[in-house]
Amino acid sequence: MNGTPLIFEKSRPGREGFRLEKADVPEIDLINTIGEELLGREPDLPEVSEVDVVRHYTGLSDMNFGVDNGFYPLGSCTMKYNPKINEEIAAIPNFSELHPYAPEELCQGTLEIMYRMQKYLCEITGMDFFTLQPAAGAHGELTGILIIKKYLEASGKNRTKIIVPDSSHGTNPATAKESGFEIVKVSSGKDGLVDISELQKAVDEDVAALMLTNPNTLGLFEKHILEISRILHEKGALLYYDGANLNAIMGIARPGDMGFDVVHVNLHKTFSTPHGGGGPGAGPVGVKAFLRDFLPKPIVEKEGDKYFLNYDLPHSIGRMKAFYGNIGVVLKAYTYVRSLGARGLKEASEMAVLNANYLKKQVEDLFEAPVNTICKHEFVASASNWKEKYGVRALDIAKRLLDYGFHPPTIYFPLIVEEALMIEPTETESRETLDAFADALRKICEEARENPDLLRKAPHHMPSKRVDEVKAAREVKLKYVPTE
Amino acid sequence: MRYISHTPFQVKEMMDVLGISEIDELFEDIPDEVKIKGDLDLPLPLDEIGLKREFLNLTEKNKAAGFVSFMGAGAYDHYVPAVVKALVGRSEFYTAYTPYQPERSQGILAAIFEYQTMMANLTGMDVVNASMYDGASSLAEAVLMACDIKRKNKVVVSEAVHPEYVETIKTYGFGYNKEIEVVPCTDLLETDWNNMVDMVDSDTAAIVVSMPNFFGVLEDVKRAAEISRAKNIMLIVSVNPISLGLTIPPGKYGADIVTGEGQPLGSALNFGGPYLGFMAAKSEYVRRMPGRMVGETVDADGNRAFVLTLQAREQHIRREKATSNICSNEALNALAATVYMAYLGKKGLRDVAYHSHAKARYFIDEAARSGRARIINGRVFNEVVVEIDDLERKYQSAVEQKILPGVKLSRFFPGQENRLLVAFTEKRTKHEVDILLKALGVK
Amino acid sequence: MSKVPKNLLYTEEHEWIMVEDGRGTIGITDHAQEALGDVVYVDLPAVGDKIVKGETFGTVESVKAASDIYAPVSGTVVEVNEALKENPELINKSPYEDAWMVVVELDDENELDELLSPEDYKNILEGE
Repeated sequence: MNGTPLIFEKSRPGREGFRLEKADVPEIDLINTIGEELLGREPDLPEVSEVDVVRHYTGLSDMNFGVDNGFYPLGSCTMKYNPKINEEIAAIPNFSELHPYAPEELCQGTLEIMYRMQKYLCEITGMDFFTLQPAAGAHGELTGILIIKKYLEASGKNRTKIIVPDSSHGTNPATAKESGFEIVKVSSGKDGLVDISELQKAVDEDVAALMLTNPNTLGLFEKHILEISRILHEKGALLYYDGANLNAIMGIARPGDMGFDVVHVNLHKTFSTPHGGGGPGAGPVGVKAFLRDFLPKPIVEKEGDKYFLNYDLPHSIGRMKAFYGNIGVVLKAYTYVRSLGARGLKEASEMAVLNANYLKKQVEDLFEAPVNTICKHEFVASASNWKEKYGVRALDIAKRLLDYGFHPPTIYFPLIVEEALMIEPTETESRETLDAFADALRKICEEARENPDLLRKAPHHMPSKRVDEVKAAREVKLKYVPTE
Repeated sequence: MRYISHTPFQVKEMMDVLGISEIDELFEDIPDEVKIKGDLDLPLPLDEIGLKREFLNLTEKNKAAGFVSFMGAGAYDHYVPAVVKALVGRSEFYTAYTPYQPERSQGILAAIFEYQTMMANLTGMDVVNASMYDGASSLAEAVLMACDIKRKNKVVVSEAVHPEYVETIKTYGFGYNKEIEVVPCTDLLETDWNNMVDMVDSDTAAIVVSMPNFFGVLEDVKRAAEISRAKNIMLIVSVNPISLGLTIPPGKYGADIVTGEGQPLGSALNFGGPYLGFMAAKSEYVRRMPGRMVGETVDADGNRAFVLTLQAREQHIRREKATSNICSNEALNALAATVYMAYLGKKGLRDVAYHSHAKARYFIDEAARSGRARIINGRVFNEVVVEIDDLERKYQSAVEQKILPGVKLSRFFPGQENRLLVAFTEKRTKHEVDILLKALGVK
Repeated sequence: MSKVPKNLLYTEEHEWIMVEDGRGTIGITDHAQEALGDVVYVDLPAVGDKIVKGETFGTVESVKAASDIYAPVSGTVVEVNEALKENPELINKSPYEDAWMVVVELDDENELDELLSPEDYKNILEGE
């Protein structure tokens, strides 16, 4: 089979990799101990040697692209450089080999880090209490909205609706639904910000909360945030902060000071932990003091010199997962905060915003901008002019960028911009990289004029040519079936 | 430390390009009232040398990490081979985002496709998604999925499912307005099937069991399957994947959805996360499953390629009509599980399962022989509940010998003060088990 | 410009219906299939199911979008186009003929008065 290889094809009956020597305890008769009813056969797994495994997955890694390979301006994802020291720290055996139910007095190091991290996140976001339990951003959203639901119930309020802007991440409405709410959509105005008069109309006694990203997904700061907060709070509704874009404002402004009652942060975005090819992330959730007792159990607290897991949260929503969160990820984020300190975090946000504005300036003559003002850490351009004139879509531009050695931006999001290219350079990229990326876009636009097919058929120099997604969805094949 | 590439002069140049003289001008749209005055109150920055010094100090307080551990209860001390660490540590994998651009992400896509295949084979199910957060949340999502498929509002969960999983199911159920009923266990720490049958009513979507269960016991899963068939409801099983090296796959006895904690497959303990939630189902439910999936297709040259597929189920397309809100998953842990399963192969996984089981059996047989400990139910895989007089004192004496003798059941079930849940993996030696037996006053 | 046959009635959500002898054949319009792109999957009700005017009775999926199908009228499903399950691409190739979706027994023919004529529907498309 030509194309991407699979380990199953290297398998030969009787070939061995891993080996355990004979057990030093008496042999047992499985028929007696497991029982004939339940005893299974050897599982159907590959039979390969150690060198087969190493070569196969090293080969696959060559067919992959991470931040370590090059520029990755994927909007909304904050693909900043992931410092190596973070990895080294998190891999220290005294952290990585710690069992979650080990006696607390023997895990004081990790508990202390968790305690401090809760505090640091409070300080950075302006909240009063934090839980580290949620495993990802969307998991944090669900945690936060369930906290709001439980709080409103406990206050005797029966509220059924959550408001989300039309520019929001898909996770927002999906979270509201998974929490049992109806979704009310408010549109953005011409300035790309929440339409205040429409919001005013949408907020009534049935509304539990508004979920908002600030800066929003167009990379614009919702400057009427205090007004928005007032509108919600006057009607007894709460304000939820989707922390996907926190990288724009660290040390500059805090969601807590803007009136947000609940926030989640994405440690795998803002706090430099790697995305792992899709995960793990971590989505800690912070709340104002009046919501503390609704947090999932447990949170880490301190009594005297001793750190402990406090399960005594009378109104807790319960649990979002087993144990305490993605602690391996928390360790990396903690290392990051300790490396940078207050000034360093602020500088990171400043440079992220500088880079976004600089890059936006370099390409502003190439694409239409839905809103042309200063942006925060990312900006959205539209390729609709190229689609109209040359039949070249945002997708084609993205694929051609691969040939130039760059990971493309996020495309077709936010949904309110046609042929959207959502570009987030992050603070860790050099001016030279930004210039090279802008040059590549410029060359690609020239190619679009002269030979649009070059884009439509791109990429040309990648491990695979344009992949047929339609075939994948029509003829669904989700596992390898050997051909006899 | 700082991770910025610009020289001060470049910053100045870039500001000139933008026509600004102060960085603050880029933040003019933020109202003054919400701007921070002064610096955040955080500790001063550290260089790498300072960081390592600070962490050395903290790691020394994590004494438990160096102890001989018999702790399990959902997180197991299996050996993570060097091969797994080396390959998962390749930064082309771990610094990548979700593979939205398949042409440049064939590596992780192929690995996830392999993962889906291996997990499907291991569980005996048709389809597997690309991963969930952990064993608890994947089970909770399976419960929501079953309610959605059956258009019913209730599930009946065995008390022998991990108590933190049950709590997670209840929390998700609270959100989705589902009713979660828990069937108590028998004295032998098995699901009370008769009671379970009685609790199933016309609004029940599924029954939920764990195999082996929280107490290590191998449940009568065929009975569970009979109930689900007779009542026309779904059977959801949460499994320990290592146990499938020895026991029959849930697909064989009729499970509709299988979930579990994949941490034992090559992920470190990490004080509880990141772990690997997995979910497998019958193919008829594929469009109701949460999470990402990788499918096989071809590229423009007709060569085999892989791509994220069935995305119309997901939040970024379907928004409030998505099957779940999940976006980030645990791809790197899934990669670890893939390399682990490939490396161990069919024989290796069986060996690991056998070793773990044999060591548990040695402990059980020795304890039974001594007459100084009571094994509540010895029909287990690698974990067993033992009742010992004066447990607290003996536990402390074991800890003083740098042994973590297990997880006290009283942590979850008040009133079970003298009961200990002891887990065994291939890493434990006969000698270590003997020391444990002595420390517990059994031998 | 996408096709709008003259013998059909339409909805603002881009469904069409053709009525004969109290039975309505329903599908999605040429414009709808064009907007969706390559259709990869269709979810339809079963024979005997009730559909309610204005409510969804199925979904059409392409790779990057999913779209609900809204019932132009209320009624009982008497026939379902099983061919679409295996060959969803028919919706792209032949939205008005081969890719009809369901036939329903109408509850109330008066509901037809509220649907769009071909001219009205065309005007809406031009306005988009």
